[in-house]
Amino acid sequence: MELKFILESLLFSAQKPLSVKELRDLFATAASAEDATEEAKSLKKVKDDDVTAALEQLAADHEAAARSYRLACVAGAWQFVTQPEFSPWLKALVGVKNRPSRLSQAALETLAIIAYRQPVTRAEVEQVRGVNVDGTMQTILERGLVEQSGRAEVVGRPALYSTTPLFLEYFGLRGLEDLPAADELRRIPVEHPPAPVTVDPGLATAVPEQLKLDDAAPVKSEAVPAAEEEPPAPSSN
Amino acid sequence: MSDYKVQFEVFEGPLDLLLYLIKKEEVDIYEVNLTKLATQFIEYVDLMRQFDLEVAGEFLVMASTLMYIKSRELLPVDQQVQVEAEEEGEDPRWELIRQLVEYKKFKDAAAQLQTLEERQENVFPRLPGKIEFHAEAEPPKPEVGIFDLLNAVNSVLKRFQDKTAGTREIYEDKWSVSEKMEFVLKTISERTSVKFSELFALAANRAEVVCTFLALLELIRLKQLACVQPEPFAEIEIGKAIAPSPSAETYTAPDPEPLVKAESAAVPAEESSAASSALEAESSESEETEDKDEDEDEYDDEDDEDDEDDEDEDEEDDADEDEDGDSDAEGDKEKPQ
Repeated sequence: MELKFILESLLFSAQKPLSVKELRDLFATAASAEDATEEAKSLKKVKDDDVTAALEQLAADHEAAARSYRLACVAGAWQFVTQPEFSPWLKALVGVKNRPSRLSQAALETLAIIAYRQPVTRAEVEQVRGVNVDGTMQTILERGLVEQSGRAEVVGRPALYSTTPLFLEYFGLRGLEDLPAADELRRIPVEHPPAPVTVDPGLATAVPEQLKLDDAAPVKSEAVPAAEEEPPAPSSN
Repeated sequence: MSDYKVQFEVFEGPLDLLLYLIKKEEVDIYEVNLTKLATQFIEYVDLMRQFDLEVAGEFLVMASTLMYIKSRELLPVDQQVQVEAEEEGEDPRWELIRQLVEYKKFKDAAAQLQTLEERQENVFPRLPGKIEFHAEAEPPKPEVGIFDLLNAVNSVLKRFQDKTAGTREIYEDKWSVSEKMEFVLKTISERTSVKFSELFALAANRAEVVCTFLALLELIRLKQLACVQPEPFAEIEIGKAIAPSPSAETYTAPDPEPLVKAESAAVPAEESSAASSALEAESSESEETEDKDEDEDEYDDEDDEDDEDDEDEDEEDDADEDEDGDSDAEGDKEKPQ
């Protein structure tokens, strides 16, 4: 029996999403049963990597079969979920009353900053957003999407915030690395141009070095030597 | 003018407004003319004032930063006073642009999160029911009568006899029958059936035992619970009543007031029921009307909605009376109040 089909049967009958570890525990339990078959015993010590690989394969199989459901990994746990296009009928089936209300723009922005920059202090979030975030923080804390994860070792020891597993569930993310454009937004700040920002030495009316958004991402600050840049046009004022 | 007002509502802060202005100009953030931007920004802040919108402090800070940048641009570099802190610090223009770029990226990320949120709203997980293997239906267990219950509660009360011998303690009235009813229902909803002694395992003294017992009797009377004895001499088990009667359905939340009264009334149950029997013997003529009054009182306390049905209910209650000494006691005590 193929490992992936055993996993499929388990996830098909499971009442909650199962993590790789939980699945592996099930293999161990099945192997230690009194009437365990040779096959069950042989899978007693199945490796995490093998389970993960089998799950990925299974998910790909389902994707290729283009069924109305797929195998999804959310917050590290696997489960079968329906495809979004079938929601009109599923909403009728399960009822939509219990859905939490959607998040506001402010909450989403705050959440995005915390998600990419975690652990992060409230002040750091405010610096990026340029506004006070007390109210929004309260909302997302209450909804359990973020939590206090420690204190920063700076003056005043402000609280640090991180996202919770519920955050991943809410957005259907596999893990934090699954966030869109994660590498770009994680820790790398926009780099300062190394050259002076004025072209005409006499006047300060020139715009700063003309960086494209793409140029801002590279890690090395020396990546954009001023000499290679086209001379920025002085702004008409 | 009025379309501006609509726009204000969506700005999440000064950076958001700046991004909107830049987008309107259709230029790259890095190529934006900050002086022009400053003018536009301040125009907006002025507009906000005209509309009597409360201008948040952050907007004013941003406006002053932009004014500062603009003023710097008006002077040739060699005539500018070098601000000490600025020599090693950031160029204010660069700092602002860096902030804008960073904010823009997170704003875009927030938009992507929003897409994910919407997508996730339409995704439904498979949640199969719990797989249960039902044992063969058990034969119905014999029901338990009031005397079995009394014997059982007496044995529970024995626990406190030795402790209280010789000494007297004054207790605060901590427990009410309605609270205990909730406790009993909760305990039973967690499991299918509870042993009689388990209900009293945590009771601290006689009063609490009596309270719990009264709650139990009340719930049995309301057909919420059923008591069974699996085999002769085994411990009584309490479970949910199998087929709830209509009265159980209408019973939702007990009105706490009368039940508290009932508690204080019901503790000396023996005395009052003795009194009531004496009363009955004394005048059998007035009994009919009196009973009716009592029943009305009692019924009103339990369920106000059924006032119209009083006549019917009275008959029912009359029938109940003989088996249910406690409710008699309640009625008797409540009447004078």
